[in-house]
Amino acid sequence: MNSTQSRPQAWSAEAVEAIVTKHKHRAGSALPILHDVQEAFGYVPSEAVPIIAAMLNISRADLYGTVSFYHDFKEKPAARPVVKLCRAEACQARGVASIAPLLEQDERIEVETVYCLGLCASGPSAMIGDKVFARLDETTIVKLADEALA
Amino acid sequence: MKIFIPGDAGAVAVGADKVASELAAELARRGTQAEVVRTGSRGMFWLEPLVEIESEGRRIGFGPVTPGDVPAIAGAIVDGAGHPLALGPVEELPFLKAQTRLTFARCGITDPQSLADYRAHGGLKGLERAIGMTGAEIVEEVTASGLRGRGGAGFPTGIKWKTVLETVADAKYIVCNADEGDSGTFADRMIMEGDPFVLIEGMAIAGIAVGASYGYIYIRSEYPHAIKAMQRAIEAARSEGILGPRVGGSAHAFDMEVRVGAGAYVCGEETSLLESIEGKRGFVRAKPPLPAHKGLFGRPTVINNVLSLAAVPFILSEGGQTYADFGMGRSRGTMPIQLAGNIKHGGLFETPFGLTLGELVQDIGGGTASGRPVRAVQVGGPLGAYFPPSMFDLPFDYEAFAAADGLIGHAGIVVFDDTVDMAEMARFAMEFCEAESCGKCTPCRLGSTRGKEVIEKILAGDRVEAHIELLEDLCNTMRLGSLCALGGFTPYPVRSALRHFPEDFRARAVAAAE
Repeated sequence: MNSTQSRPQAWSAEAVEAIVTKHKHRAGSALPILHDVQEAFGYVPSEAVPIIAAMLNISRADLYGTVSFYHDFKEKPAARPVVKLCRAEACQARGVASIAPLLEQDERIEVETVYCLGLCASGPSAMIGDKVFARLDETTIVKLADEALA
Repeated sequence: MKIFIPGDAGAVAVGADKVASELAAELARRGTQAEVVRTGSRGMFWLEPLVEIESEGRRIGFGPVTPGDVPAIAGAIVDGAGHPLALGPVEELPFLKAQTRLTFARCGITDPQSLADYRAHGGLKGLERAIGMTGAEIVEEVTASGLRGRGGAGFPTGIKWKTVLETVADAKYIVCNADEGDSGTFADRMIMEGDPFVLIEGMAIAGIAVGASYGYIYIRSEYPHAIKAMQRAIEAARSEGILGPRVGGSAHAFDMEVRVGAGAYVCGEETSLLESIEGKRGFVRAKPPLPAHKGLFGRPTVINNVLSLAAVPFILSEGGQTYADFGMGRSRGTMPIQLAGNIKHGGLFETPFGLTLGELVQDIGGGTASGRPVRAVQVGGPLGAYFPPSMFDLPFDYEAFAAADGLIGHAGIVVFDDTVDMAEMARFAMEFCEAESCGKCTPCRLGSTRGKEVIEKILAGDRVEAHIELLEDLCNTMRLGSLCALGGFTPYPVRSALRHFPEDFRARAVAAAE
């Protein structure tokens, strides 16, 4: 989980090992570890997978299977700041499809589809890092790009 | 002076933080020192940010307040004058007055991070009573309440607990499913942000009942506010001895932690969720064995939805029969219903089972937000059926919805106006299943892909009748052949759209012929 639109650090084996050491005593520690790795570097580097797998004493294939399964874990860093825009039914009912292109045409950012932010009575809604935005309209949705770049 | 402004994500997303800080500053400028309490949300989202002022033992509301309204509202507060956004006593608002809040009794009223406030408003009474009872007695109380799984399946909670209680093992677990991924639902999020101690208390009672000493709350990563609120509340409960080696001073040990999901909808399915906590792909497990026999880490596990566990403290403090006195038929107690989508008065409405769909959407929800006629409502999330207004006499009840080829699910109701294209919504249902399928079983993984393609052909007007027949056949395969509700229930929105809105599909053939 990104606490804010985080400024990721460059990946290093030492930083990965420190993250694994912090969590490995916990039962089923793979997800907490991968969340921290994703947050630290902005993605889960393929080079980190064998390090984590060895330290957890599980196969690289099993861990890669976990990494690739979940939408939150990225195999590459995002090229541009990300705005997560909800496209689930409740936001569709409140017209997200008609205003989404106004944001998507902004080439400074990346619009990622998410299904539901739990703001379904006040859609359309979006999330940047941990910040949430609702009741979006033609005017407010375009401002999300600046918010993501800030 | 005390001012209450929600810290709920639904209020923060529309500017509550800014309103809170500016209002406190503006009042200070006018010589009035105000203590701002960030509560949960009352669940009236069209009024957020909702500002409440304590006055003569009542709370007077203003909403929806924008930062631009702050100076005038501060003036109205100081001078006791009127304001266009003044709502009067909040408890008297019809949307709140018509509710029976058992689970949400404190949400929007108390400081969610204050254990003292929780206790002052009736919290921990259920746990205190449970401590003096045997596991079997607690399970009997929950059984007597008639509580059924609020996550959607509606399985009797007491029976689930009894199974775990009677299974002998070296360790048992309580798992709370807070992977609230259904569009149109936000009750779990509101409880975790607005009254997290009620969930902790419910889980501790479950632990004492079945003999489990550890619990996990699995929260989706899309809920950062809820994650923080639960983590803080768990720490507070631990430091006060509510959690730990001697729960509330008793001989029972119980502790818990939050686990964060990673953006997989299917992890709301209970066995997939257990795999995910174990650190694996969220692959659905075949049942049996039931999680009650072999669940998390192969041990007997109670896995319940947030709302099921949050209903438990009331059941223990007031008695199962008191809870069961509400409701209809085999649907006992209250249901926190979520009114969402294109609806004028969207929010959380807790009420005994039995209101009709029409009463909920038209009378309480006030119809659409756009002012256009209601054309369809989807009940129970992305896997729930679409209903037309001609079926609005359907009572909100597990069995009544099942008989109408639908489900109440997690009680989210998403309203659409007459601009909706139901063939497109059917296509979206398949697309969603395709994106979120765990991939373990073929009917779900491939069925959803083929289903989306077939509906796209219908949308293009290509051999519409033949493709509708094929789609029906495919839905049948998915319903009967899928391992879990994702593939098994995706036919609900697709088939209900076909049945109740056939014109949206068949118009394509006409359009193509012209």
